[in-house]
Amino acid sequence: MRLGLVIDMDTCVGCHACAVACKQWNTSGTTGALTDYRPYGEDPSGVWFNRVRHYEVGDYPNNKTVNIPMSCMHCQHADCVNVCPTGASYKRPEDGIVLVDQDKCMGCNYCAWACPYGARELDREDGVMKKCTLCVDRIYDEQLPPEERQPACVITCPAHARFFGDFDDDNSEVSRLVRERGGVKQMPELGYKPVNTYLPPRITRPIPIDDVRANRVVSSVKDWVNKMVAR
Amino acid sequence: MHPAFSVILFTVISGAGYGLFILLAAFHLAGIGPAMSHGELLAHGAASLGMITLGLMLSTGHLANKKNAWRSFMRFKTSWLSREAVFAVLFYPFAGIYGLGVLLQGAAIGPLPALAGVIAAVLAVITLFSTGMIYGCLKTIRQWNTALTPANYIMLGIATGTTLFAAIATVFGNATTLHAGVAMVALVAAAVLKGIYYFWISRVNGPTINTATTFNRATVRLLDTGHTAGTFLTDEFGYDPRKDTIDNVKMGVFLLGFVAPVLVFASILSGAPAGIAWLAAVSSLIGIGMERWLFFAEAKHVVRLYHGAQTCTNSLAEPARGRAAVAPATDPTDARRWELGDTPGGSGS
Repeated sequence: MRLGLVIDMDTCVGCHACAVACKQWNTSGTTGALTDYRPYGEDPSGVWFNRVRHYEVGDYPNNKTVNIPMSCMHCQHADCVNVCPTGASYKRPEDGIVLVDQDKCMGCNYCAWACPYGARELDREDGVMKKCTLCVDRIYDEQLPPEERQPACVITCPAHARFFGDFDDDNSEVSRLVRERGGVKQMPELGYKPVNTYLPPRITRPIPIDDVRANRVVSSVKDWVNKMVAR
Repeated sequence: MHPAFSVILFTVISGAGYGLFILLAAFHLAGIGPAMSHGELLAHGAASLGMITLGLMLSTGHLANKKNAWRSFMRFKTSWLSREAVFAVLFYPFAGIYGLGVLLQGAAIGPLPALAGVIAAVLAVITLFSTGMIYGCLKTIRQWNTALTPANYIMLGIATGTTLFAAIATVFGNATTLHAGVAMVALVAAAVLKGIYYFWISRVNGPTINTATTFNRATVRLLDTGHTAGTFLTDEFGYDPRKDTIDNVKMGVFLLGFVAPVLVFASILSGAPAGIAWLAAVSSLIGIGMERWLFFAEAKHVVRLYHGAQTCTNSLAEPARGRAAVAPATDPTDARRWELGDTPGGSGS
């Protein structure tokens, strides 16, 4: 098995619900707590397994906002595991999930240096490295109904932009989406072979905006009057 | 990269210690230079072992969970950090047998302690190499991902070692032109190698904001990182010193690290008192300390691309190429000014 996520950059609205749901589930999960520093202070900070960033792609007027949620890619060539001197970081052979054994970690930050995706964050309170577990304490939990055996971020996404599944299975939903939508990987040139795959925005007909208001004499006068009245 | 003070001290001090040991073994065991007295041999050995040990102890300073530091020997098979730890510790028994031989038998040691001394010197080189490879093997930091990184670590360790070796020899009145000559050659070689490194990293290329975000056919700009305060990532990788700071420190690296020590040794060769070799030793250690700070400060991790850097060499503040998203601020109906509440004419109503 090669478990991972598919994230649809077309439908993601950048609401950060996945990041918050992740924090909520995992702070009381197996690798919790996700410590917050100065939570009610001027500059609240803390550990997150999932972060959403927002980008502008293209130049005005042919530009577009794209939201990119990022968590651990559970890379096939996970250098974070190779560089770890203590053996705290490991990649599970059975499903490819990359985890940190917090009892072994010495907090040297070396794995975070080796990760190009910023997936690992040191918990300064606990002194150990923390990262996305792909909700390993949830996806195998037989106490939960089958539809809930998915990572918290996937279940919570209101835009249905996140999918979880086995990339080794050609018939899984994630494999089908990657195939049909032309899934892409971040920084493939580094050779980490990330499992998580991103679906590019769909190519659609632009929404016409020039016919919303015709540029006529009457509307010009109206605009001028409105401006004067407003003053 | 955020320069961790403990790592700078560790690599500079123990690097010089390993360099000193390599020089000691080469001069003593290969019979180069003048015969050394019992006391001088012990002084060199004690200084090198003391510096190495001090450095290694300082290296645990940046660990967030020191009680697990012993586990760093566990992944010799894949991790250069683990290899460094193993070689650094493996050095001790061999250096110890050699040191014991010198302590008991004086300069004319038997074949077994001599062999141990040679092995310890080889392990010293391997440890310096492993230290360099800790950084050199990271594909995420293009400035470090070069063979020049371990080469620099070895050469700078040896160069600082030679200055210390010459300085300690003066205490025993045993400094010769050979000491000064070897130090000058090592310093010049290290300076050339470091110069090649600086030239190299001024033109590295690699991942860009485009390959990081998967949009290779358009300009990509960061709109928002999604957090209001700093994170672990911005603290660790967001370090962006000013260009003139970097230039000044680089000047210091060459002046204090290489030029001043070479001038000191040149003046010793032309008749100045040998004791000023200590100036060279102190100056080179300070210069290499600055070099180590710069080594971290100039390294740009690729995760910065997600935080707005356009290329893996840019600072975070440098704007994207391509047309600006918002019209220039000279236009009174400019969206940006409206957003800032700066209405034309200054009517604040």
